[in-house]
Amino acid sequence: MFDALSDRLQATLGVLGRAKRLDEDAVNKAMREIRLALLEADVNFQVVRDFVAGVKAEALGDDILKGLNAGQQVVKLVHDRLTELMGAGDSQLAFGRSPTVILMAGLQGSGKTTTSAKLALHLRREGKQAGLVAADLQRPAAIDQLEQLGKQISIPVYRTDTQDPVQAAVQGVARAKEDGLDVVIVDTAGRLNVDEALMDELARIRDAVKPLNILLVLDAMTGQEAVNVAEAFQAHVAFDGVVLTKLDGDARGGAALSVKAITGKPIKFASVGEKLDQLEVFHPDRMASRILGMGDVLTLIEKAEAAVADDDQEEMERRMRAGEFTFDDFLKSYRMLRKMGPVKGILKLLPGVGQQLDGVDIDEAQMARVEAIVLSMTPLERRSPSIINGPRRRRIAAGSGTSIDEVNRLLAARKQMQKMMKQFGKGTMPMLPPELTGGKPRR
Amino acid sequence: MSRTWAELFGDEPTVADEQEKTGFFGRLRDSLAKSRRALTAELAAGTFDTGDEEAWERLEEALIHGDVGVQATAEIVRRLEARGEVADLGDALAEEIELLFGAAPTFDLTPKPTVILVVGVNGTGKTTTVGKLAQKFREHGRSVLVGAGDTFRAAAEEQLEIWAERAGADFIGAPAGGDPAAVAFDAVEAGKARGRDVVIVDTAGRLHTQSHLMDELAKVRRVIEGRIDGAPHETLLVVDATTGQNGLQQARLFGEAVGLTGVALTKLDGSAKGGIAVAIAYELGLPVKLVGVGEGLDDLRPFDPREFARALVSG
Repeated sequence: MFDALSDRLQATLGVLGRAKRLDEDAVNKAMREIRLALLEADVNFQVVRDFVAGVKAEALGDDILKGLNAGQQVVKLVHDRLTELMGAGDSQLAFGRSPTVILMAGLQGSGKTTTSAKLALHLRREGKQAGLVAADLQRPAAIDQLEQLGKQISIPVYRTDTQDPVQAAVQGVARAKEDGLDVVIVDTAGRLNVDEALMDELARIRDAVKPLNILLVLDAMTGQEAVNVAEAFQAHVAFDGVVLTKLDGDARGGAALSVKAITGKPIKFASVGEKLDQLEVFHPDRMASRILGMGDVLTLIEKAEAAVADDDQEEMERRMRAGEFTFDDFLKSYRMLRKMGPVKGILKLLPGVGQQLDGVDIDEAQMARVEAIVLSMTPLERRSPSIINGPRRRRIAAGSGTSIDEVNRLLAARKQMQKMMKQFGKGTMPMLPPELTGGKPRR
Repeated sequence: MSRTWAELFGDEPTVADEQEKTGFFGRLRDSLAKSRRALTAELAAGTFDTGDEEAWERLEEALIHGDVGVQATAEIVRRLEARGEVADLGDALAEEIELLFGAAPTFDLTPKPTVILVVGVNGTGKTTTVGKLAQKFREHGRSVLVGAGDTFRAAAEEQLEIWAERAGADFIGAPAGGDPAAVAFDAVEAGKARGRDVVIVDTAGRLHTQSHLMDELAKVRRVIEGRIDGAPHETLLVVDATTGQNGLQQARLFGEAVGLTGVALTKLDGSAKGGIAVAIAYELGLPVKLVGVGEGLDDLRPFDPREFARALVSG
């Protein structure tokens, strides 16, 4: 699991890598690599310095665990410490007398409005009656955006005509109370941490609506600046936790570590996609892997588990091992994959695969065409693909709005996939055939 | 001393431009210095001893702290070390950073119309930059048409239309959820038919890792290419100055999808140093052309490598 970084460490450590314990020379060399890795991930340089010093002291004289080499040993230690550091603190929201108020704050463009809606949906799924208050009177059409999002997820949005964001927040919360809601989320305007007037305004909103939770919304792509931002928001409104956004990108997200280390405030949620249900509880171990540039196997496993009902999974596994793979199975597995999110995002989570994917383009539209072809087959054809002859192919192509060529390619791909599934049953990891993903190497 | 719009546009300088120069120097310096310790203040006070390992380390950390990134920092330090003597660290550092940026940028406005495509990830300030740029072209005697290619974000079109009206630019919009390539087509065609000097096409923010959205962007570019030879003449990536090393990835992948000609670095009025621009210039050779230092209309400025480098190191 510790591929990229531990390989690099192993190369650096060279002969020392085979030693039985970590001596000072090995640790020093390893720490230089760790420092670089953390800096490249945008962890604040002061945080890096302190962290590396701490880990170094701990690593010195460590016996190397059986089954690990020196590089892996160091990475494991660093990974454990990172996880520990980022996981400290309560990741739960606080709830009190209804309605519990949650105040959202952050820089412009960090994703407050979208995150507010996602959080409302998340809370409703936990059985709470949630509402949204539009208190971003700064950005043109921010209120319209929140209303549109509220409509999509059937969550009430409270807006007022006032020009005063404090009043907008107060009135919104009051109306949510009248409506008997359990929890209400106040979306505020983005503001620069150096803008004293706007930071004071945020404090006034806080004093007026008395939130039990103040969440700082932070873009995962933020650089060294994350520390200044967090310190300023900490000083003005003393936030309770962080929501990390835009984690569906490829940012390593070192800002998460910086903010946690500097403010001590826990990271509570992670936003992992544009869709409104793509807000997750924060997982410190995964974030540690991400910051260190390692694949995120746990997330993948969990996603897969969530997408596949248990019975389905067992049946599918049995069939895979048996090497039976009909178009019905194909459709089922395809739809599971879709439920897990964009295919490229999923494959990226696999260690090693992420880098392979750099040159590969997975065409999601192409995958939809594949689905259309399968849907144009009769149940019998899906079960017994071997009966699909020329006339049937023509009919399927016409029915799915594709060409006979594409149908042929899919038929060939199923055969290939069946073969792969057999391998999978034997415990080796297959790659998706390019015909299925529309994948083609880029220049 | 700083760069003027006339210089960026290749126009003859006017008296107003001279005033603009002095005004800008102060503004960028102010905004960069505000609430931020100067890079040099973080280095050892007094003279820089090139034999002092710790002094070099502090220098590295200062650059890293400015989001300059590991690679570009190593390169800057290597070049400074190669100098042997460093009389004034601030001067030397500014010179080296300036060299990394290359020549001061220009827009070639000879094609009629000159087509400018504006791209970037979500929340960097694309629409605002398009609006302000339109205004600047108008102030410098160019007729402008803007195309609202952000058909995704709610109310993005309205936002740009207000800017266009303010600037006195023509406006081409599309219904929400419409095809951005169609907007680009309409904008370029209208710009040609009406004889406009400049056509600026805004696009929706997208994460560079979303391949279907990057394909959509590539299509917008192809449509523009198909209407006018050599267009788009400028493809600008808008980068938020608070962005860390991911900015490099953004520049790489947007570059692969649509072929960038430059960067607009926004939100420099915060406490972020914007050093990611140095990394992008060094690793990808992509010049910065515009900087945004505030919400006001005059807070979009032509990028001046020397001024930026000076402001970065001396506050």
